[in-house]
Amino acid sequence: MKLRYDVPGDDLSLAGKASAEVKRALGRLGVDPGAIKRAAVSMYEAEINMVIHGGGGVATAELSPERVVVVMEDSGPGIPDLDLAMQEGYSTAPEWIREMGFGAGMGLPNMKRNADELRIESEVGRGTKVTIVVAFGAAGGAEA
Amino acid sequence: MKVRDIVTTLDGVLLTGEGLLDVDIQAACGADLMSDVMAFVKENVVLLTGLVNPQSIRTADLMDIRVVVYVRGKTPPKDMVAEAERNGMAVIATRYSMFLACGRLYEAGLRGGGTREPR
Repeated sequence: MKLRYDVPGDDLSLAGKASAEVKRALGRLGVDPGAIKRAAVSMYEAEINMVIHGGGGVATAELSPERVVVVMEDSGPGIPDLDLAMQEGYSTAPEWIREMGFGAGMGLPNMKRNADELRIESEVGRGTKVTIVVAFGAAGGAEA
Repeated sequence: MKVRDIVTTLDGVLLTGEGLLDVDIQAACGADLMSDVMAFVKENVVLLTGLVNPQSIRTADLMDIRVVVYVRGKTPPKDMVAEAERNGMAVIATRYSMFLACGRLYEAGLRGGGTREPR
């Protein structure tokens, strides 16, 4: 099963709806709750990033009995220094985003912690593609 | 600690979630930053926050957190309470600050919480 969502880039209040729908779809498939939570958290962080930094984009989720593969693709400004962006606490989010409860520099680290596989392809001026794989029944991912 | 004990301990107002009053809560997370909430991995959690926007409800829902307490006398608007209700969550408002609300729950016996080493 493949789900596809257009993520609007100008309204943070809508961010997270795609992730919530994927979470519900995984729930209906009877996937292990721990794996669902890891998939939901990593996709939600990516979705928030896409709204804050990427100007919106397209999210797809491919669900199979073994795993979910989420691909989030935007045409935003790209990430100039990925190593720096992966550091906990590093953020380029504007102040108003912090007032909304995000922008603490935890997004990418949270995604890495929860995903079994995280691939980030980014080109400055062209956009960013984030691929998140969460395997069901795998012990990896989230810290206890 | 049951949800009804949380309401009592915080002199709170239950805005939705009558059906959850007897649900057992074992851990609490106090945060205004939603990414901090998402770094918090526990079961049967109550979230205490001063962040009154739809993301607080959505983050809680994604984390399977079924009880949200808004501190510092903040009351979420009706559409947020309605979203929580649709998600099967309980929403409580309290006049206490974050510090006092967390302190009162801790004192009342709610001790579960996450720790992470500084890095």
